[in-house]
Amino acid sequence: MLAKRIIPCLDIKDGRTVKGINFIDLRDAGDPVELAEFYSREGADELVFLDISATEQKRKTLAELVYHVAEKVSIPFTVGGGIGSVEDVDVLLHNGADKVSINSSAVKNPQLINDLVAKFGSQCIVVAIDAKQIGRQWKVHLVGGKVPTDLDLFEWAKEVERRGAGEILFTSMDHDGTKNGFANETLARLSTELNIPIIASGGAGTMQHFTDTFVEGKADAALAASVFHFKEIAIADLKNELKQKGIPVRI
Amino acid sequence: MKIVIINYGAGNIQSIKFAIRRLGYEALLSDDPEEIRQADKVIFPGVGEASSAMKKLRASGLDKIIPTLTQPVLGICLGMQLMCHSSEEGQTEGLGIFDADVVRFSNRVKVPQIGWNQISNLKTPLFQGVGEKKHIYLVHSYYAPLTKETIAESEYDVKYSAALGKDNFYGTQFHPEKSSKVGQRILGNFLEM
Repeated sequence: MLAKRIIPCLDIKDGRTVKGINFIDLRDAGDPVELAEFYSREGADELVFLDISATEQKRKTLAELVYHVAEKVSIPFTVGGGIGSVEDVDVLLHNGADKVSINSSAVKNPQLINDLVAKFGSQCIVVAIDAKQIGRQWKVHLVGGKVPTDLDLFEWAKEVERRGAGEILFTSMDHDGTKNGFANETLARLSTELNIPIIASGGAGTMQHFTDTFVEGKADAALAASVFHFKEIAIADLKNELKQKGIPVRI
Repeated sequence: MKIVIINYGAGNIQSIKFAIRRLGYEALLSDDPEEIRQADKVIFPGVGEASSAMKKLRASGLDKIIPTLTQPVLGICLGMQLMCHSSEEGQTEGLGIFDADVVRFSNRVKVPQIGWNQISNLKTPLFQGVGEKKHIYLVHSYYAPLTKETIAESEYDVKYSAALGKDNFYGTQFHPEKSSKVGQRILGNFLEM
């Protein structure tokens, strides 16, 4: 049976992991490669690296990072953050990334999704969507949720699927950082209306939240950052808990 | 040992090179028929779309070389699919090594299948030391149905071939290079054949 995936997300700035990661058993918790190896040993199913740096060196630094992660880690990983062209994606995949995720660049130029799919295949193109509930509608936001657009979440998600994306990474800006659980109602609707895998993001605080997002939210995978980085939840414990609740996981 | 990864412009092979290196070997990328023939082990990778990949193989003449190889050959993902008789993706003929016609998953399930699924009914030394129902990593929209050449099964929508084997030819739908310790073991088994 296909397992539900647990995905730690690592924020990267200038080739280093950011956020106050607190690992006493790592020599250098700021080293993305070392942290990636740690999560892989812990049983993470996949990793996401989100590059938030804004320097001119960014592309080169990120490509080098991808190369070193691929060298050491034998689970799949996705790279995102500021990717805007076919050339950007070519370099990252060539250096060993399994998938790339695009966000604002897809909203600004939806044809980019088709171009990437035609060149590299659906399987490695993830479209990340950040959205916030405004009134009764879910509106897509850009720049890490700061800039609202007129796009309706469900319409945009369907367009993304139609254009060939292999997966959607949905972050609810209303839930992100709250630790009150994922946006399960919205996730379930996405999962029902679309026929590609949905990764849930935003709101993880407890192990129960993961169970809920797989059962009620019908998510195919769940992504989280701080609960893993601050060791509030150990991935091995989380997987055992999910297994006991009857959710298929890889142990 | 000389390990050659067939180079025909098919996607990400960096991960395969690294996985081979973690096992203590080095692999060479080549599209040269002589070099491929002389290798001890040949890996046939593949990511992307079936009919355009077949076009590339035909353009380079590799479609004639691969079926005549006599050393152990391992096709991975699309590589395995191209070793089959045909593929529904782009309505293309394959290399005809395995007697299977590759078809698309139905819309009863999400397509592509992405993630970790289990393998069972394991056969051949490729799976030596690998327990039943271990998880391996897959990303695919098309699959080879079960046949008499199936050497590992998985289930998504239907039961299908997670791996095929015939004489010196092996193919895995999953990515051993991305399947953690289980994948490492399978790739190691292949290299030590």
